[in-house]
Amino acid sequence: MKTIFEISSSGRTAVEIPEPEVPEEEIVLEQRDELNLPEVSEIDVIRHYTALSRRNFGVDNGFYPLGSCTMKYNPKINEDVSRFSGFTTMHPYSPEKLVQGNLRIMYELQEYLKEILGMDAVTLQPAAGAHGELTGVMIIKAYFESRGEKRNKMLVADSAHGTNPASVSLCGFELEEVKSTSMGELDLDDLKNKMSKDVAGLMLTNPNTLGLFDRNVVKIAEILHKNGSLLYCDGANMNANTGIAKPGDIGYDVIHVNLHKTFSTPHGCGGPGSGPVGVKKHLADFLPAPMVAKSREEYVLDYRIRKSIGRMKAFYGNFNVMVKAYAYIRAIGAEGIRAVAENAVLNANYMRVKLMKHYHLQYNRICQHEFVLSDEGMPNHVTTLDIAKRLLDYGFHPPTIYFPLIIHGAIMIEPNETESKETMDSFIDTMIGIREEAEKNPDLVKKAPLTTPVTRLDGVQAARNPKLCYPC
Amino acid sequence: MNFIPNTAEQRRDMLKDIGVSEIKDLFKDIPESIRLKTPLKLPKGMSELELRRAMSELADKNKQLVSFQGAGAYSHFIPAVVNHIISRSEFYTAYTPYQPELSQGILQAIFEYQTMICRLTGMAVANASMYDGASALAETAIICKTRTKRNELIISKTIHPEYRETVRTYANANSMKVVEVDFEEGKTDMKKLKSLINENTAGVMIQSPNFFGMVEDVKAIGNIAHEKNSVFVVCVNEATSLALLNPPGDLGADIVVGEGQSFGNAVNFGGPYLGIMAVKSDFVRQIPGRLVGETTDTEGRKGYLLTLQAREQHIRREKATSNICSNEALCALAAGVYLAATGKKLRDIAKLNYYNSHYLYNELKKHEKILFGNDFFNEFVVKINGLDECFEKAVKSGIIPGVKLERFYPELKDCLLVCATETATKKQLDKLLEVLG
Amino acid sequence: MAKENPSDNRYTREHEWVKVEGSIATMGITDVAQELLTDVVFVELPEIGKKAEQMKPLCVVESVKSASDVFAPVSGEVVEVNDELKNHPELVNQDAFNKGWMVKLKVKDKDEVNKLMTAEEYDSFTKES
Repeated sequence: MKTIFEISSSGRTAVEIPEPEVPEEEIVLEQRDELNLPEVSEIDVIRHYTALSRRNFGVDNGFYPLGSCTMKYNPKINEDVSRFSGFTTMHPYSPEKLVQGNLRIMYELQEYLKEILGMDAVTLQPAAGAHGELTGVMIIKAYFESRGEKRNKMLVADSAHGTNPASVSLCGFELEEVKSTSMGELDLDDLKNKMSKDVAGLMLTNPNTLGLFDRNVVKIAEILHKNGSLLYCDGANMNANTGIAKPGDIGYDVIHVNLHKTFSTPHGCGGPGSGPVGVKKHLADFLPAPMVAKSREEYVLDYRIRKSIGRMKAFYGNFNVMVKAYAYIRAIGAEGIRAVAENAVLNANYMRVKLMKHYHLQYNRICQHEFVLSDEGMPNHVTTLDIAKRLLDYGFHPPTIYFPLIIHGAIMIEPNETESKETMDSFIDTMIGIREEAEKNPDLVKKAPLTTPVTRLDGVQAARNPKLCYPC
Repeated sequence: MNFIPNTAEQRRDMLKDIGVSEIKDLFKDIPESIRLKTPLKLPKGMSELELRRAMSELADKNKQLVSFQGAGAYSHFIPAVVNHIISRSEFYTAYTPYQPELSQGILQAIFEYQTMICRLTGMAVANASMYDGASALAETAIICKTRTKRNELIISKTIHPEYRETVRTYANANSMKVVEVDFEEGKTDMKKLKSLINENTAGVMIQSPNFFGMVEDVKAIGNIAHEKNSVFVVCVNEATSLALLNPPGDLGADIVVGEGQSFGNAVNFGGPYLGIMAVKSDFVRQIPGRLVGETTDTEGRKGYLLTLQAREQHIRREKATSNICSNEALCALAAGVYLAATGKKLRDIAKLNYYNSHYLYNELKKHEKILFGNDFFNEFVVKINGLDECFEKAVKSGIIPGVKLERFYPELKDCLLVCATETATKKQLDKLLEVLG
Repeated sequence: MAKENPSDNRYTREHEWVKVEGSIATMGITDVAQELLTDVVFVELPEIGKKAEQMKPLCVVESVKSASDVFAPVSGEVVEVNDELKNHPELVNQDAFNKGWMVKLKVKDKDEVNKLMTAEEYDSFTKES
């Protein structure tokens, strides 16, 4: 497909700019020579981007069982209400009394998340999960600094998302990995061995990236706390447990959640998301400012966070994303929140038992919202990548592949609660069919995809000689 | 309301297939002691009809007035095509394009966005966007450190106060020292800068147009930074200015960051926005975030994919240059559509900003104290005795006259930052003059 | 099949080779290693003057989906790096033992070399693992 630059034609335009109503004052600033942007008509813009949209695949196009990403249906009412001009036109520095609607949404969302997570305070400022994680680790660092304790080590499970170790080192902590057991849980002996006065905390994803709930989690919290260390929960997989158990009751000190996973806001091809962070009382003084507070019947921005780590971004977070998550919680209510987890876990287990007869499943246990298969034992050297690419030909988005790293050739499947049995059955049948193809016609699978706008792309060439721009 | 399609009968069948008798059995790994015994204390769910009503009541609690507020969040005209395109659910309901065969649409759109940003900033490489301008600027602290193996940042006090705070947060966590350089006549004080810069200076950060709207002498500051081999970072908070002013890349910037909200994204009470980041070609290994590259498929056709991923956290883990995982792709898409639609006319839009704000400036100058010179883009500082009272009066007549500066700069008591974009009509401008006069 | 391991080199368990001539040690990764890594797309080389410590990370090789540390086979000061690799990382794949060399070190302690595997020992080491 041509780029927007190739369809540009000198003299065309998609917008008309009104004549100035005020005098055209001489411009005293040094100006650029040319402005090399496309010249296209309005219909060119629409056709170009509509054509691009048809070369893209979202949840609305079909099943998207991308593990650890919780690709649930994005309710349309959330999109509609978030576009009310009463929300979208508000300036962040407007006097508080003029933006009471916005502040109330933020205040109540903070309260809802506190209740769901069992935490004492929640900040909505972080723009994404990884951003929330960074916030959380900074809070841990600031907490120990304020106590005059020199703890320079953070522990991370070997099954963790890559963002965990990256956040740890961004905060200047030394990283140590804790092993997983053959049951896919954190190795308690390894944990105990690694405890020392240097350990600031442990980052744990629970349910973990294998889709398993760590049965020792209460013990883990005890071990950490006994050592004076803190327990961080990567709440990326919260969709499995909302309304079932509160992370705060488990003993976590800090948690981040992803509104774009658990709370149904769309992923937008990779953003905007939102990654609120919840903390227990002893960490509340370290949250980024401002928070939204309620003073009598008025909602206000509270900048008086005594030992705040500072700001993580300008203004108050991805407000428009918060509107959608707020609308979602209001729509489904307490009973709906619990039903989400129940059905997400039901769906995952259903797919697990159906697929484990045909694909290798390392941890054969009741899973939570997701489970991890692998390409072990696939005939004719058909790999996880081949299976994923073949799924594209059948109109499915593939699961997450090659993650977590502790399972070789991992295929991580997360169906989530918004998928029907019929959809899952059709995916299961397709997976079984691919297994048969791998046996009888492996070349077909290895060459896949064959029906997409492009076939497999040359990533080596792209990395060796990066072309990151259309030439002038 | 819920969004769960399976019927009670289907759920029973599925439980049977799994080999358990009830849903509770699926949660037996969760210790009994921590399982919730009572329902969450949340409001009851509601129907779509009720929800729409509730949300519109909340929206109505906000007051939509005529606004002359800028300060990092700018109200601009957004062509209708922008919202139509970003409302296509093939885009907004998709995930990060990890499967390029199924994501050519967003990949090409981002590739085009990267190209437009390079052309606007005069830089060689732009990434697929960051969270926002402030966090993008903060991330450059780490680039400066990695590049120079030095530990000190010099940051101009004319940079947006919340951006400076964000830089400090990131720098603190990274044990870097941040030194602020004061301003003189609304611009970075170059004499002071010269006295502060030294062999430990990893980077020099400025913003232009700066927080007061003033256009800095980018080139001269760049020379000062480069004399000490420090990385020179230029932040552009009001991206529309790029269409009119000399590109920072032509003025010596090593890294250009900024806020792209002005390109087709609504003010939205502060977010979501998109952070712009563009670098000189030899910084490509240090740039954080996603990069889309062009390549070919097995049939020799052109295609796009995420490239240079081995820099990123999911591969390098603790050795990654940043922990950033997502970007603000949909906001970058909006920016791309906006820039395609406005094209070369963006310069005319920028000029309207200039004319409207300078009209206000010239008129106000007749009676009020204007703080700085006329070399600003679309916002400027005016001192009004009894500002609080005047502000209230303006609000009562339906106008938010600007952003009060005292909370950010205690020395600027009674000072107001006034911004006029292309959206202001002469009638509105005159009304503002009337209430301020 | 991987190319034969030259007998005048010494080898590490992390699949680096080193060839010592006088006080200068030239090092790179073995052909077995480049096969495991698949197509190398980038090599991050150290700065001249860096003090390398035996079996501490010295370079990073990237493939499309991985980034792997390359360890210093011996301690010493970096005196030269293979700048050709900046534009032609594929040399590591094509000619790991010659044109794909990475770093030249001024050897600090020649005894360290003797602790490394001979070609023969490395052959059997790779066959086992």
